[in-house]
Amino acid sequence: MAAPVSGVGNPGVRSSSLNSTSFQKKTRSKLLSIPGTRPSVQNGQLLVSTGVTSLDFLLGGGLAVGAVLLIEEDYYDSYSRMILKYFLAEGVVCQHELFVASAQDSPNDILQELPSPIMDDVAIPKPVEQPRLSSEPQDSLDTMKIAWRYQNLPKVQSTLTSSSRFGHYYDVSKTMEAEIRQAAKCHCFNLPDHPQQTTPSYSPTLESYSALLKSLQEVIQKEGFAVTASSGKSRNILRIGLHSLGSSLWGDDLCCCDNPKHTHALTTFLYGLRALLRSSLAVAVVTVPSHLIQNRALMGRIAKLSDTAIALESFKGSERETNPLYKDYHDVLLSRQAGGYSAATP
Amino acid sequence: MFAELNSILNTFPDKFSQEEFIIISERRCDASFLIHHFLSFYLRARCKVCFLGLVQSFSHYNAVSQRLGVNLVQAKEKGQLVFLEGLQESLSHLVPQEGQAGSEALNFLGDPTKGLQDLFQFVRSSCSGPSGALGCTDRSGGPEEWGPPVLLVDDLGVLLSLGVSVGTVLDFSHYCRATVCSRLQGNVVMLLHCDEEEDDGDDEGAEQLLKGLTHQCSLTLHVQGLPTGYCRDIHGQMEVCWRRQQADEQHTLNKLFQYKVHDKGASFFARGTSSAFL
Repeated sequence: MAAPVSGVGNPGVRSSSLNSTSFQKKTRSKLLSIPGTRPSVQNGQLLVSTGVTSLDFLLGGGLAVGAVLLIEEDYYDSYSRMILKYFLAEGVVCQHELFVASAQDSPNDILQELPSPIMDDVAIPKPVEQPRLSSEPQDSLDTMKIAWRYQNLPKVQSTLTSSSRFGHYYDVSKTMEAEIRQAAKCHCFNLPDHPQQTTPSYSPTLESYSALLKSLQEVIQKEGFAVTASSGKSRNILRIGLHSLGSSLWGDDLCCCDNPKHTHALTTFLYGLRALLRSSLAVAVVTVPSHLIQNRALMGRIAKLSDTAIALESFKGSERETNPLYKDYHDVLLSRQAGGYSAATP
Repeated sequence: MFAELNSILNTFPDKFSQEEFIIISERRCDASFLIHHFLSFYLRARCKVCFLGLVQSFSHYNAVSQRLGVNLVQAKEKGQLVFLEGLQESLSHLVPQEGQAGSEALNFLGDPTKGLQDLFQFVRSSCSGPSGALGCTDRSGGPEEWGPPVLLVDDLGVLLSLGVSVGTVLDFSHYCRATVCSRLQGNVVMLLHCDEEEDDGDDEGAEQLLKGLTHQCSLTLHVQGLPTGYCRDIHGQMEVCWRRQQADEQHTLNKLFQYKVHDKGASFFARGTSSAFL
């Protein structure tokens, strides 16, 4: 006689956390699994959402980790700023770290204006909609008879575990609540706080850009975003938002002169930014007031040094928000997609 | 390595012409697939390759080359490939830190007006160095011998963006051609990105560089995006211009193709004969 075999699905002991099942998706060990990212369909490259789901679709699923997205600002910097805020808000919701740099407004002002996420899986206790007709005790109604294994799981996800989702929706008419925003770690770089020191040696780029690069490198190294950093602690993504680079407030005269003296300051900075990003788990969104730059060839070179470039042109007359993407080339890390230069979306 | 492109250019890994100076110009598109082609082609042809990869990281080039069947890491270890990773080396110049000196080849980052001599020294020492790594041997026990040296540059426009003047880049390319092509009988392939400039007031720039380079080169591949915009089946068009008549062959000086880039290669076809339409 065979010894009685203990039941395979012994419901008694359920170890570890009660708020998730013990099912673990088997992931390839080579790919990092970081909340808020997903691998690209085409080449397995880690993608991050920009916060605007239709923009993610245009970019081929999302923004690749290690890539730079260049946004050419529209005249009043309204929609480009909006996209920047969406990008940062997405970082807050996915619990990424943020780095915001601005010469014009204080980075804290930008952070105050982040749109509020629309959370449909937030734990709101469901009000009892109908009065109980029967007088049966609550227990028997709530005990599950068929799916009894899931008895102990909470009915509603009670934590901000939106990390499983990629891309969220935001309500622009409301700003993000302070407690959600403060849950995310933000590094700010406000240019007026960094006094310009004249260095005796020639600097390849402007003081302001050098200081920004240095600050970025410090954050990346200290907080462990470098790809080669030890994988002891859990990895996270650093979202970098650089507002209005190239404007006069950064000390650059690209936007004010026809023949600027510092023609290659911004391009050198972008090259350094690309170098930093390729070796770290970070994504950058840079906005540039291109309508002020007279030299189209220079603008072309700036766009070439970014991985993806989009331009925004809003119609001031009609109050519709439109953004024809007329310059969009896509050179995602680890892929060879030849980009399109088109009015239609690729 | 793209088989179709090989037959268009009439080059094969076991039989290719030497002392060639090839310019790839790209306009409104991304012609880096050609750089990957030449990289895998010359590595397959067992040449010693010096690659100045200024645009992307080494892992990017490696990932793409693996899809084309060439392993860059192995080639580097065997000494066949000398790779200058511009992005990584530039950081030590752009964000100077004490105790860390970057590669000397990129010294021009510190002061672009000084010129590209250091970069040229790097190229010269890589191409004319001992043709095999000391550590590895071929079957007969001696060091592996590689074929003629090849210099690949991706992309010259980055040098312009970093503040180097057009004249300096032209000088650099001339020195490279004199050393690699004439003295060492190797080949040089350079990529240049130009944008269309709206007015001709700006003389300095990629256009002028392209004109100067086209004058020096033996083969030009002009790659352009389609003027009508993005198309899913045709990624652009490529014009092949030979500047020297090959002694033994009669062929036309210019040929025009349209191409589509795939995951593992590219297909070239005459205008209007894309498989999407036929």
